[in-house]
Amino acid sequence: MPRRDDLETILVIGSGPIVIGQACEFDYSGTQAVKVLRGDGYRVVLVNSNPATIMTDPEFADATYVEPIVPEVVAAIIAKERPDALLPTLGGQTALNTTMRLAAMGVLDEWDVELIGAGLDAIEAAEDRGRFKGIMEGVGIATARSHYVTTLDDAADAAAELGYPVMVRPSYILGGGGTGFATDSAALRPIVANGLDESPIGEVLIEESVYGWKEFELEVMRDAADNAVIVCSIENLDPMGVHTGDSITVAPVMTLSDREYQEMRDEAITCLRAVGVATGGSNVQFAVHPGTGRRIVVEMNPRVSRSSALASKATGFPIAKIAAKLAVGYTLGEIANDITGATPACFEPALDYVVVKTPRFDFSKFPTTSGTLGTAMQSVGEAMAIGRTFPEALQKALRSLESGAWGLTGGAQERRLGELGDEALLEVLARATPERIFVAAEALQRGIAPDMVAHRTGYDPWFVHQLLDVCELRHTIATSDLDEELLRTAKRHGYTDRQIAALAVLDDDAVAEMRRSLGVAKTFKTVDTCAAEFEAQTPYFYGTFEDECEAPVAGDRSVIVLGSGPNRIGQGIEFDYCCVHASFALAAAGYEPVMVNCNPETVSTDYDTSARLYFEPLTVEDVLGVVEAEQPRAVIVQLGGQTPLGLAAALEQAGVPIAGTTPDSIALAEDRERFADLCRRLDVPQPPSGTAGSAADAVHVANAIGYPVLVRPSFVLGGQAMRIVYSADELDAYLAGLLGSGTIDLAAGPLLIDQFLDSATEVDVDAVFDGAELHLGGIMEHVEEAGVHSGDSACVVPPPTLSEGVQARIADLTLRLARGLDVRGLINIQFAVRGEEVFVLEANPRASRTVPFLSKATGVPLAKIATWVMMGASLADLRRDGRLAPSGGSIPGRTAIKEAVLPWKRFQESDRVLGPEMRATGEVMGIAGTVAAAYGKALAAAGHAAPRDGTVFMSLNDRDKVGGVAVARALVEHGFRILATHGTAGHLARNEVPVKHVDKVGDGPYDPVRLIERGDIDLVINTPGNSRTRGDAVLIRRAATRHDIPCVTTLRGASLLVASITEPPHVEVRSLQEHHATLVRSGGS
Amino acid sequence: MTTAHLVLADGTVFTGRGVGAPGVAVGEVVFNTSMTGYQEIISDPSYAGQIVTMTAPHIGNYGVNEADLQRTTPALAGLVMRAVSRTPSSWRSQGSLPSYLESCDIVAITEVDTRRLTRHIRSHGAMAAALGSDREVGELRLLAERHGSMSGRNLAETVSVAQPGMYPAEGATRAAVVALDLGMKRDILSQLQRRGIEVEVVPAATATADVLQRRPDGVFLSNGPGDPEPVTAAIATVEGLLDRVPVFGICLGHQILGLALGAATYKLPFGHHGGNHPVQRLADGSVSITAQNHGFAVDLWSLSPAEPTAATGELPGRDLLPEQVDTAFGPVVPTHQNLNDGTLEGLACTGIPAFSVQYHPEAAPGPNDATELFDQFAHMIGAGDATA
Repeated sequence: MPRRDDLETILVIGSGPIVIGQACEFDYSGTQAVKVLRGDGYRVVLVNSNPATIMTDPEFADATYVEPIVPEVVAAIIAKERPDALLPTLGGQTALNTTMRLAAMGVLDEWDVELIGAGLDAIEAAEDRGRFKGIMEGVGIATARSHYVTTLDDAADAAAELGYPVMVRPSYILGGGGTGFATDSAALRPIVANGLDESPIGEVLIEESVYGWKEFELEVMRDAADNAVIVCSIENLDPMGVHTGDSITVAPVMTLSDREYQEMRDEAITCLRAVGVATGGSNVQFAVHPGTGRRIVVEMNPRVSRSSALASKATGFPIAKIAAKLAVGYTLGEIANDITGATPACFEPALDYVVVKTPRFDFSKFPTTSGTLGTAMQSVGEAMAIGRTFPEALQKALRSLESGAWGLTGGAQERRLGELGDEALLEVLARATPERIFVAAEALQRGIAPDMVAHRTGYDPWFVHQLLDVCELRHTIATSDLDEELLRTAKRHGYTDRQIAALAVLDDDAVAEMRRSLGVAKTFKTVDTCAAEFEAQTPYFYGTFEDECEAPVAGDRSVIVLGSGPNRIGQGIEFDYCCVHASFALAAAGYEPVMVNCNPETVSTDYDTSARLYFEPLTVEDVLGVVEAEQPRAVIVQLGGQTPLGLAAALEQAGVPIAGTTPDSIALAEDRERFADLCRRLDVPQPPSGTAGSAADAVHVANAIGYPVLVRPSFVLGGQAMRIVYSADELDAYLAGLLGSGTIDLAAGPLLIDQFLDSATEVDVDAVFDGAELHLGGIMEHVEEAGVHSGDSACVVPPPTLSEGVQARIADLTLRLARGLDVRGLINIQFAVRGEEVFVLEANPRASRTVPFLSKATGVPLAKIATWVMMGASLADLRRDGRLAPSGGSIPGRTAIKEAVLPWKRFQESDRVLGPEMRATGEVMGIAGTVAAAYGKALAAAGHAAPRDGTVFMSLNDRDKVGGVAVARALVEHGFRILATHGTAGHLARNEVPVKHVDKVGDGPYDPVRLIERGDIDLVINTPGNSRTRGDAVLIRRAATRHDIPCVTTLRGASLLVASITEPPHVEVRSLQEHHATLVRSGGS
Repeated sequence: MTTAHLVLADGTVFTGRGVGAPGVAVGEVVFNTSMTGYQEIISDPSYAGQIVTMTAPHIGNYGVNEADLQRTTPALAGLVMRAVSRTPSSWRSQGSLPSYLESCDIVAITEVDTRRLTRHIRSHGAMAAALGSDREVGELRLLAERHGSMSGRNLAETVSVAQPGMYPAEGATRAAVVALDLGMKRDILSQLQRRGIEVEVVPAATATADVLQRRPDGVFLSNGPGDPEPVTAAIATVEGLLDRVPVFGICLGHQILGLALGAATYKLPFGHHGGNHPVQRLADGSVSITAQNHGFAVDLWSLSPAEPTAATGELPGRDLLPEQVDTAFGPVVPTHQNLNDGTLEGLACTGIPAFSVQYHPEAAPGPNDATELFDQFAHMIGAGDATA
């Protein structure tokens, strides 16, 4: 069946901000889908609130709405755009849930919008566990025995009947949120209570435990003619009990015989048919009992998922792209496989390599969490690696994580675990933690039996024996002379030169030199979907150590772009956006962009983003391998965040040409003392600051500067371990914690200590400098005051409160610093503004997190401009040939706001107070006529729309009490009722604001926590004090998190929120294309 | 493990480590892209005379077991792998692959750049090779050069049973079939038995009269190794059977039917060996993902007065096969086509009860998408409503 001609306009819903469980894989899938649909001649309307996505670049869809993905807003877009069809399966759970609500509201019927991809009935059948189970039973597929309940008592009865342990799974939840494991009735109750609360329909499933079973996933595609193929099979190293997003996973399946695999395949396809997924991709999860082979279906997702992104990268089969084609009527046999160009997409990829995905965790950001993995996803990113064997792929994946491990052996984890006794080691071996794989290796190295390791970890013995091979090799390297054979064997097991050098007690360079002389060279193999059966057209490579290298002979046009590796807090999709833009810009300028990255979720690792893709870890050795094959003109390091910047010096030292700003300038900006010297020389004011190489030093420096001070270790991104310290006592406590835990080594870099500018306004600037001229991308004023990490703060363009004088001063300082640092490309500067005074907090000659937001707010593609400048173009050149608009500036009459999205709900034990350490996972953008309206949109997009009436609980610290009066008064005028704690209530009452006083936590029926739990409070405004007397406040904030009550922790945030509430509720929806059309353009055309 | 070499007839050398039996193996080197099912592949008689390269890197992971064997004695000449597992893991495992290979006297090599080998075969075609440990490369090359081509060798008769054997139906007997054993896999037998069919397996060279004298409800032509053309006795037998008894053929059996109908067969450059080949049923356009293992194919154009059409469009299309051809047994139509290269995957006589497919509906290893073909045969011979 060819494409459907009865459809003209198709609405695609994206997945919104990056949150745990829903990351940039949906930008990858959405971008593919939008490209394909448009390529097929459809008019594509897109809604996604996340400005850091490629899919929301205005050139992708016909009408791009950077608006909140909430039913009311999407309904307004539907009313305006009148799409014929809605494709809900490419935007994760967010898109599915929104679609279901639109259907329930009657919006789809009203405007006659057809659902394509998956119908409502199929979505409901897959999402409703009880119904799903019934359907599976009907077609003879086993599921876990279970009961579906809506009350605590029923849950207890059900668990008693099934026998403990049991699983608790709330309905309609993404990423396994609220899911838990209970070994007895005491443990059951809180999990069920939370689950009932989490589930939008207040239902949970109580299920027999399949803990410890082998876990598998199959990615299935089905077309309208009922043809079905398995794109990829995935086996989890971690057994059932660890969320698949937190598991180390392997493709293809390693430990099933053909008979078992084919039975699973048949069931997966039957499952799709029975649920009624008309077309597109779905994933089906299975659990298999390791001793008996009993197999059950765990669940299925009737949509493109995180696993499908992984499967696409693992196989070269573009699931989202094909899903979009199938949704508009094509069949699998009619679509060509891009990679071969000569065979159809109706086939099952054959892999001649092994893919390993490892999750990345950021538990250090949330110190109160236990660090134990369970059925709710906690990882913030992932790395994927490809090798010819499991050991090779595993070691590559582990070093890709940038978590301190050099591979399975060597690095921080090994050092730490080496100190544990055998008993302690065996104990941690049984715990599912991010480090368990290293614990297993350590145990095997100590001679603990593989069977014991398999038993304790739940890893299949086959995997344990593969780990044992790596460990035995470690021993051999450490105890014998390195010869060609041993070297080759080690490299083929994924050992890096550094690992080998450490074991053989040699310099890294010595190993590299030895390899060169012995001819043990890296080779590149192609990911081609067909195990070399057909010729591949698409150059997608991975490195390994074999006889034959398939990388093309190096030309003279290639430019390497280094990606940003696994997502983590502080380094996410924004940097991938910049790298993808660099690729596009390079291609447009006639170069051959070559991408190196190891993050399977991203657009940058799509094989058709760049001329060539090398799916490789971002380490010096791995990157040099690619450099050797490609002989690039230049390597771009300034767009992928800290990861490539960290490699810049070593690459330069190895003779690799670095594009743009030199590594020395980058290092200068990071080096406090050198940077302070530069500022002095340029007459750029900085807050008083100093550095300290020891704890004693730190005390002296802080005293000299005067409290409050901002303290942090050098060379970190995202403000890790950064604190505002108000007194000498607090400083002592901070130093004890930091140095005691061993997370920071002062020998590696000193502590940085700055005077903290209390109540200053923070400002971010992104600019491009070509050596002579500066393009100021924009001035972003933060909503939260200085002291809140810029990544966690909302920011506004154009700046609403800065005087023209201040703005001119900022522009001037930016130019001076760009010149002083000899920037070629991007520079990001953070300023603190107090009155008319402007201080520079820091300058980073690289892409920043705000580049995509600013590009969308101003219509100027900063990352592309920077790329062209890095390759030698001047801004004048770019203006002349029309690549840069003559005048920048923001959308006339509109304000754009970026708001951060934080993972409090995942880490409920953490206190949600904002501070200098970044904890946001994602961001949203709101554009509207006023600052307040834009903020209202951004809040709605971030998932915590402010209530329009009801009860507000206020508790302010002393500094905020004066300013809080206006906030409270505005709320009262708008009809809100105000409750407040003793001090705040007194202050408000004295200022004639009607307020009701509530009890202290635990002190009576009007305890604020209880009020929140009873649903009596609609908004919490709670600004934290400086001292430690804040136990109650923490409890109140946690209660708000648990019950999803909007909770503001800064006075400025509160003021703006209140202003947004008092805006008229009318929703203006306007596409980015409409916004950008209003930008004044002259010259060119 | 000792250093071992695989040397192709064109002189290309691959180095790895010897596993399995000592000694030397000589045969045609082919590659199989299945990611699971090494045991079924090793024990499939269709690989007689071939050295099989597994493109999936890890082989032997789940060990070996009795139930998955396709024949008690493997017929393949040798096995090439990237990484063999010493310690398997599966609740069904009864032993490790290396010790199984040793016990079956199969020479194998591991740690080979199997992708380079596959690419070499893809571009230069399947060719003779010799494989062995502790042998000079020159000696192996000479062995490979002297081995010659698969074409013209009657390998089917070397793997066929010597004596007829009777296999009862599962449950009530609904029909009786004579299976001409050209190298039949055990899973084909069980697919028939499962449908209430009693099967008498007879040697490849059994004459028409001997078959008919058994008064079968249908005749099954099995899979098997190598070139169909030299299997002249079976071709003659089938020619005699057509129009007298329903006939169903798989793989080599399909090629034998084609030859009996008067068509020619030809050698594919490197054959189809794997579990992911899309095959379209021409009647309704539906696609099955199929298991395949053959180096030769039936050329239906040889029966057509028209010239073969050249490929048009991006993907191989229906126009690569004739609509219908005429034979001494009436019209023959193509029923199935390979979507990767457009080759013939199935044919049917429209005037008499006879049909065949090039691929393996019994899978083993591979997807179970096409088991309905056994239902079709059961229906044709009057065992129609048997539940599979």
